[in-house]
Amino acid sequence: MVPLSAYVAVSAILFMTGLLGVLVRRNFIIVLMSVEIMLNAANINLVAFSHYLESMAGQLIALFVIAIAAGEAAVGLAIIIVVFRGKISTNVDEMNLLKW
Amino acid sequence: MIVIFFVYFSLVSILAGVLTVALKNPVHCGLALLAVLLHVSGLFVLLNAEFLWAVQVIVYAGAILVLYLFVLMLLNLKTDERYFHSSYMYFIAPAVAGACYVLFLLLRSPYEGLKGDSPATAVLKDGDTYAVGIKMFSDHLLQFEIVGVFLLGAVIGAIVLAKTPRPIDGDDAGRSGR
Repeated sequence: MVPLSAYVAVSAILFMTGLLGVLVRRNFIIVLMSVEIMLNAANINLVAFSHYLESMAGQLIALFVIAIAAGEAAVGLAIIIVVFRGKISTNVDEMNLLKW
Repeated sequence: MIVIFFVYFSLVSILAGVLTVALKNPVHCGLALLAVLLHVSGLFVLLNAEFLWAVQVIVYAGAILVLYLFVLMLLNLKTDERYFHSSYMYFIAPAVAGACYVLFLLLRSPYEGLKGDSPATAVLKDGDTYAVGIKMFSDHLLQFEIVGVFLLGAVIGAIVLAKTPRPIDGDDAGRSGR
């Protein structure tokens, strides 16, 4: 029987991987992919606690997280297309239009 | 048997996650992300969440990842060089040490808590989809409706953002904004 803490550890490692990707990578699309990894790590946590604590609420929140991730991907990629059309770059360091 | 599957799914998902962050070509990163999503869905099966497994495969691997790959093909990105300076190690090495300590604490914790009202035997009797549906449409109906409105807003926002700006006739104001 796999203990709950093993799932929590896997989730923590995946979350830190995604966080490192957000901080280190400069390609906007890869940054969004790292955010997806972080959301998946949170989903593992929610479903594991839902199973071990015998409650259904965790799985429902994980479903909502998947829906939010879909919306985030759609809007984020639309923003990438708009920025790429104007500046021909997806480097996050060069997106400083709103900076003053 | 479950332990073998758990070790396989968790190790491959972590490895593919590292590859997603580390690979240079964005298309390769997308394919590594596909491996992450599929193996995380395998973890969901081990946790008796078959409905979430199906949703993960259909929505994440089927829809969101294809959207990412579409945009990658559309933009025709070159492989960018990484901006990982060696001076970052001064920040990352203590962070890794702290993370290992946190993992050690996580593996020692017992995680006892108040049990809910749906044990595994009750879920397995009618199936996970039945249990999720009953719970969602009885206790969490408001969140469900809010997520629906949110998705509608996201779709409209994406269409408005990605629309090609049309130049106004006899007026260069619309064109100069590009």
